[in-house]
Amino acid sequence: MDFTLDSEQTALRDAVRGLLGKAYDSSETRRQVTKTDPGWDEKTWQRLAEMGALGLPFAEEDGGFGAGPVEVAIVAEEIGRVIAPEPYVEAVVLAGGLVAAAGTAEQRAEILGALAEGTLVPAFAHTEPASRYSETPTVTATTSGGAWTLTGVKEPVLGGGRADLLIVSALVEGGTGLFLVQPDAAGLTRTSYSTFDGGRAARVALDATPATPLGAPGADQSAVIATAIAGAQIAYGHESLGAMAFALETTTEYLKSRKQFGVPLMTFQALTFRAADMYVSLELARSTVTWATLVQLDGDPADLHEAASRAKLQVSKAGRHIGQEAIQLHGGIGMTAEYSVGHYTSRLTAIDHALGDGRHHLTALSRTIDGHTIVDPLP
Amino acid sequence: MKLQLSPEDAAFREEMHAFFTTQIPQDIRETVAARRELSKEQIVRSMQAMNAAGIAVPNWPVEWGGKDWTPLQRHIWHEEMQLAGVVPPLAFNASMVGPVIAAFGSQEIKERFLPKTANLDIWWAQGFSEPDAGSDLASLRTTAVKEGDEYVVNGQKTWTTLGQHGDWIFTLVRTDPTVKKQAGISFLLIDMTSPGLTVRPIELIDGSHEVNEVFFDNVRVPVSNLVGEENKGWDYAKFLLGNERVGVAPVGSTKRTLAQAKEYARTAGPGGTSLLEDPLVAAEIAELENDLLALELTALRVVANSADGKPHPASSVLKLQGTVLQQAVTELWVDLAGPNALATGAGEGSDVPDLARTTTPNYLNYRKASIYGGSNEVQRQIIAGTILGLRG
Repeated sequence: MDFTLDSEQTALRDAVRGLLGKAYDSSETRRQVTKTDPGWDEKTWQRLAEMGALGLPFAEEDGGFGAGPVEVAIVAEEIGRVIAPEPYVEAVVLAGGLVAAAGTAEQRAEILGALAEGTLVPAFAHTEPASRYSETPTVTATTSGGAWTLTGVKEPVLGGGRADLLIVSALVEGGTGLFLVQPDAAGLTRTSYSTFDGGRAARVALDATPATPLGAPGADQSAVIATAIAGAQIAYGHESLGAMAFALETTTEYLKSRKQFGVPLMTFQALTFRAADMYVSLELARSTVTWATLVQLDGDPADLHEAASRAKLQVSKAGRHIGQEAIQLHGGIGMTAEYSVGHYTSRLTAIDHALGDGRHHLTALSRTIDGHTIVDPLP
Repeated sequence: MKLQLSPEDAAFREEMHAFFTTQIPQDIRETVAARRELSKEQIVRSMQAMNAAGIAVPNWPVEWGGKDWTPLQRHIWHEEMQLAGVVPPLAFNASMVGPVIAAFGSQEIKERFLPKTANLDIWWAQGFSEPDAGSDLASLRTTAVKEGDEYVVNGQKTWTTLGQHGDWIFTLVRTDPTVKKQAGISFLLIDMTSPGLTVRPIELIDGSHEVNEVFFDNVRVPVSNLVGEENKGWDYAKFLLGNERVGVAPVGSTKRTLAQAKEYARTAGPGGTSLLEDPLVAAEIAELENDLLALELTALRVVANSADGKPHPASSVLKLQGTVLQQAVTELWVDLAGPNALATGAGEGSDVPDLARTTTPNYLNYRKASIYGGSNEVQRQIIAGTILGLRG
């Protein structure tokens, strides 16, 4: 058992931290970037590609670098530290993960190679207005003479407006299929809008829109979707850890420097005890998320979904706690758009509600308690 | 990064599991499983079984019966013991006075006390807290005045856990009242049969007799019972309290108790139905399991990464969150028992299950957990001050 980064992983972390720290030297820079579409910086995305960060999880023959979940975690955590708006988890981990798992060799090489190079940004169009976190879509896929078309609405689709390629989940006979939809496809209408955390989402309407099956035509890809979502849930956990760590650091610094009644705020135990509790929440979340990553790395694949749920639940609790307290301990300044912490709380809230919030995962876990005596984290 | 234990550690875990589930007398593990109090004699037999196998005091120096284990192995030892329903070696002996004597005592004092301490031939009591010195321990007032080759001790100690069983008591006493309060304290070992020493029970809210007051009225103690140097007792106490926090998160026993609560819930609903079908009960159990997982993993992070001797910063989380969850599970038990939780005094012939009758005394008793060993407010102070650098 080992919870530490090796020297190559540490070097990767330092490189990504350096790059992103420069790109987002202040929350004001991020605020400017998120004001204009697509809500993130194409140049920063290109630099991440040049560094190799965008191809990390993909096999070398698919144009990637054959790294694993730990390396992905490192990048995601650094994204979270500066709440970089680039869609790393959404495009690389989730959409890319689907292609890597379900795509034909040809599709993998074409899409993942371009994704790794930064020239193609895909989005996973899965959520529907009435789906909540259900895995089963209402968008339908029909085939006629070997050609497929999709009909229905996906919304909100994160990054769906800017995406160079949509991966759409749709009902097929016997399950849920995955389809590739080109941005200029007939009958496709994308309406993009801002999300509260500075991101973008879109309504994606499909009206007999031509689509190409991802992988075997008509196959049920439910298991692939569930696995890709678990990977993204864990990566989101790391993004949240980065954001929570920064929010706590900023809050701590503020308590040291801000004076009221002629003394620093840290004079007041009512405040420092709450900061201590934030630290406890952060460390507990870090433990569970790191463990889930290790389950993904070398644990039993059958344990992955439960591990991801456990991580998402712990992060949901910690993110709400730390996000709320970071604002409260700052006072009024924490409410302003000019100051950083509110944006962190905002981003943590967005992540919480992507791919299942804490309550969703608690419900799922509460249905499994009868199946084990104790929870043993070791294989 | 790696999830699996190394083959050596996995084998070690198997070995510990086998030992604790087969080599500790059955009646002791059954008493723990019934959530009943262990007798003095059971605690002694349990520790002696471990000592016979050479694993009662692994944290001590090897020459005094310790084991050259890694922090991870020590953690595994502790977890497997708790999961098996085995009571840990008496903390006053194994984690408190033993390490202090081994680290600071003279050769004579080591030979005189350590073997008997490891084998629980001597039952130690702790004489630290006083009526006016709780979390602020250094303000203690019990005095020891040197007269010839004896100290004359006067004062009062309190919260002396299981002091009614004690043969000896290790105390912090004031030997120099003229200096800064931390600088005038000594670490003195006192025979509890000494004339002038009396033990008075303190009845607790659960009706139990677990803690005591200990009075010293001109108790004469040979100076040869001083550990280390005079007036250096505060340093030794800090060393001791540092050890007290290691492994202080009772993860294994809380996991076992929660698993047992789940089993109990299976038939605790109306007419013997399962309470696990109640979504609120199921969610509470699922959340506790997840919180315990996070705690256990934090403990593993701490031990796996503290090989260089420095404690991991997250270690301070363990006492705080460990007691929060320990208490939460005792609370869950009372809820599961429902009205049967009232039947604490029921005896033979009662139809209320035995496990339900002990839930409330346990719940009340474990309010102590967030108070002893540095209250949870003290832990928050440590986290805020030492880790976050927030110093008022």
